[in-house]
Amino acid sequence: MELLPALARWLHFMSGVMWIGLLYYFNFVQVAAMKSATADGTAAGISKHVMPRALLFFRWSAVVTWLAGAALLGSHFMDAFALHHGFAGIGIGAWLGTIMLFNVWVLIWPNQKKILGMVAATDEEKVKARRVAFLASRTNTMLSIPMLFMMATGLSHSIYV
Amino acid sequence: MKNPLDSLWGTVISGLILTAVFYSFVKYYWGG
Repeated sequence: MELLPALARWLHFMSGVMWIGLLYYFNFVQVAAMKSATADGTAAGISKHVMPRALLFFRWSAVVTWLAGAALLGSHFMDAFALHHGFAGIGIGAWLGTIMLFNVWVLIWPNQKKILGMVAATDEEKVKARRVAFLASRTNTMLSIPMLFMMATGLSHSIYV
Repeated sequence: MKNPLDSLWGTVISGLILTAVFYSFVKYYWGG
């Protein structure tokens, strides 16, 4: 076993677990919890103490996951992204992961900053930001399903040969 | 028509359908 690819794969998995784990926490737990917390007036605690920390690890684990994945692809980076023969499975996974990283940094994080009051925004802008961040997060949850399938099966290429 | 991403089940089912679509493409069209 070569050391560097093994380290890249290990890091890819660990940071990926943190990224997708937090994504699933947001979608499967927090969205519903926020509705209940808003109803009984306790949502501010989640917004103030949980969200900023969760989003910090969420967005940076996304970056580490992508970089470790790129390192893992190594000389096959272009083969994967160009969906060359034998690399379509992992290539689709890489594309989905890249789209998800884009969603995190371009759609989710800037809009969450408005929602949480980290940057100035009118009430109307906050309503729009909430909808965009929600849909981007749900899109990532949807994309994570084929992404994890392609990652799990494409790394070994075993089911495609 | 309601956006399937508004519900968790809609999101998961959409992801499973997308998985089947990608798998079929890879398996039968893109040659792995």
